[in-house]
Amino acid sequence: MSSVDPDVASADAPAAPPRTNGELVFAEPWESRAFGVAVALHDAGVVDFEAFRARLIEEIGAWEASHGSSDGRYRYYERWLTALEWTLLADRIVDLDDLDVARKAIEREWDHDHDHGHHR
Amino acid sequence: MSHEHDHHHEHDELALRAAALEAVLVEKGLLSTDQVDAIVERYERDLGPQNGARVVARAWVDPEYRDRLRSDGAAAIRELGYGGFEGDTMVVVENTPDVHNVVVCTLCSCYPWPVLGLPPTWYKSPAYRARVVAEPRAVLREFGVVLPPEVEIRVWDSTSEVRYLVLPERPSGSDGMSEKELAGLVTRDSMIGTGLAASPA
Repeated sequence: MSSVDPDVASADAPAAPPRTNGELVFAEPWESRAFGVAVALHDAGVVDFEAFRARLIEEIGAWEASHGSSDGRYRYYERWLTALEWTLLADRIVDLDDLDVARKAIEREWDHDHDHGHHR
Repeated sequence: MSHEHDHHHEHDELALRAAALEAVLVEKGLLSTDQVDAIVERYERDLGPQNGARVVARAWVDPEYRDRLRSDGAAAIRELGYGGFEGDTMVVVENTPDVHNVVVCTLCSCYPWPVLGLPPTWYKSPAYRARVVAEPRAVLREFGVVLPPEVEIRVWDSTSEVRYLVLPERPSGSDGMSEKELAGLVTRDSMIGTGLAASPA
């Protein structure tokens, strides 16, 4: 079984901006968006946080059941995002078509930015 | 949201999914990007272990406050202005020369947000969550906390209802220090139980 190694764990995202006390809250910008969206939906009464938490526990449990507890590929916010998607799909707040359309539009936008980057 | 080209493909995929979900919810009028920005900023800047450190320092200097903290953690913490989401039911567990407390959430990542902010990566890791229950003494040693064998270790598993905060022992040599100076000795890990309060310089 792998060691917890707090030094390595806390230094796994050296590029992320440290907060005022030196702690990293989010390793990547998308993690902060996934977190903020879930809390905003709770604040607005759109999502029952306990239902979301139950789904998150299931997601984490399923991942660990298939990967074990020492697999370094575990990403907590990936499980969080998946649980949030499932909660919103199950409650019919969003549907797969909505997500697909939005995804394609964002992909086009990002590709566009990418092209411009190469011409600079 | 910016697109980082040097990211691994997997990260692009997750960033894309997160952006698509937020865009759909904004389009449906269920939230605004400003709301999400404000929440992220609050959790990155305002909520953090500096809040819990004030609670601990107050308990060290004020025995009556310590009693209130023991009997109703959330109410005593609210006296200092901290509370709300993920902090409604707080149990404060006190370290003594005979007992050392350590906190985990075995099922996910429950953590007292108002007093500690969001949890560090290792707290959410499968290895910590499994091992601190099975072999707490070994895990604490890896964190640099070596306890005499006669000290009992109590592991507290957070649930969706209850959040735990460890009240670490006041370090020796801190007698003449002010409450504010004492708060500077209270580390995040000492309030999770994977560390001890720092010794005065």
